[in-house]
Amino acid sequence: MSLEMFFQHCFNALTLGSLYALIAIGYTMVYGVLRLINFAHGDILMVGAYFVFFGTFAFGWPWGVSAIVAVAGASLLGVLVERVAYRPLREAPRISALISAIAVSFFIESLAVVVFTGQPRPVLQPDWLISEWQLGNIRVLKLTAFVPVMTAVLVAGLLYILYRTKPGLAMRAISKDIETTRLMGVRVDNIIAFTFAVGSALAAASGIMWALRYPQVHPYMGIMPGLKAFVAAVVGGIGSVQGAVIGGVILGFVEIMSIAFFPELSGYRDAFAFIILVLVLVFKPTGLLGEDLKEKI
Amino acid sequence: MADTMLQIKDLHVNYGGICAVQGVNLSIERGSIVTLVGANGAGKSSIIRSIAGLNREVKGDILFSRKHGDAPESILGLRPENMVRRGISLSPEGRRILPHLTVEENLSLGAYSRNDREGIEEDREKVYTLFPRLRERSWQKGGTLSGGEQQMLAVGRALMSRPDLIMLDEPSLGLAPLLVKEIFGIITRIHETGVTVLLVEQNAYAALNVADYAYILEVGRIALEGTGKELLSNPQVRSAYLGG
Repeated sequence: MSLEMFFQHCFNALTLGSLYALIAIGYTMVYGVLRLINFAHGDILMVGAYFVFFGTFAFGWPWGVSAIVAVAGASLLGVLVERVAYRPLREAPRISALISAIAVSFFIESLAVVVFTGQPRPVLQPDWLISEWQLGNIRVLKLTAFVPVMTAVLVAGLLYILYRTKPGLAMRAISKDIETTRLMGVRVDNIIAFTFAVGSALAAASGIMWALRYPQVHPYMGIMPGLKAFVAAVVGGIGSVQGAVIGGVILGFVEIMSIAFFPELSGYRDAFAFIILVLVLVFKPTGLLGEDLKEKI
Repeated sequence: MADTMLQIKDLHVNYGGICAVQGVNLSIERGSIVTLVGANGAGKSSIIRSIAGLNREVKGDILFSRKHGDAPESILGLRPENMVRRGISLSPEGRRILPHLTVEENLSLGAYSRNDREGIEEDREKVYTLFPRLRERSWQKGGTLSGGEQQMLAVGRALMSRPDLIMLDEPSLGLAPLLVKEIFGIITRIHETGVTVLLVEQNAYAALNVADYAYILEVGRIALEGTGKELLSNPQVRSAYLGG
């Protein structure tokens, strides 16, 4: 493989990894506050992508406006899911909430098939994103550079919220001790809703960029990215935002590089993520940056 | 006329099917230190947790008047996040500081219900003056502090909401004798700044020494009450709680 090709693959891997990272953050944040794997998370991504499709095609809005509306819409959907499907089960055994999450996931997918039909739809790609830069012998699609940069900006914004604002402080406190956090005057339900809003917004951002990169939307488009991002969150250590970002990037690199070096295995590209999941669960179940899962006494 | 800040009327608390508190009446005068003394499982924590809104299965009534002259209002059934906004703050049993947050962040969390930036800064300064060791460790994670420092952080955090009533659940638990003395000294100093104190303790001797008024609990009922001095010299109390 030529060096140019290798760099080309690196760019692709970073882009794919960024998309996984943005989704993985939502899994890890929700797990942090509720100890719940929100299996409907991938479907929020799909809804976000559909909002952009409708914004640009059906209403003819500029691309940027559609994206903002889509992110806001997906945020609201995330909050609604929490309110309807998880909050009533706050005191129930954890397995009930998990079952509810799977049900919500199927519900959103089926509803999407009914409302949007199962037919894949093309997505408008703005010209400025699909033009290319020529760097020596490497050609870089602007979109390929845009995705990691946008991801970095969003992650920086998230870290600012987490470490420099009151709701962020409350989120970090809730992840360790809900009762004490309530004693300090934190309205825990509001913070949990806020967590869903932020996580869903990031998933929608990822979904929109996903739809630009593989320019179509369909009702099941969220499943595979969602599952792989979940793997990324586990690899990085579920509960850790930084871990989710690292896990996402690792997964992107493994997927792209394994196909690049072993093209004959490309039919198995989706399997690599899950092989990694198995290996992590066997050798380091808490993930790279995860804390010990010591139960509170 | 007595100026009652908190009055508990015929309180019953169920805790996992067990009647932890069975018909307790008690009252706290504004500006006093009141202590609840008793063995493990006597119902001390259940009472204090009911006041803070942490217990669900509670019957009876709890009346609270925040400032002098306020009409007493029932606070039973309010959520814990609202108690702190009404001027009642709890330093829970076992300290419950957040180990992954810094000392500074733990204190900020204590002030979560407030938005007056200068006031919060002022109170943070007061807490650091009261506990100079917390200032030295302000950027350290809570979990890296020693037991005594964690207890100081828990008390400091409870002060950050600028409470009118501070409730301390077993502040001396697991501390070395010198530290116990220091903590009780600090309780006295907090009281001198005008905060009413409700203290739950197993260390009956130390608690009765600082308390204006005390209740002794036995299996969910009040067995004895009186001023700290009265109870210290009561032969029954001496044999049961003070080692003769």
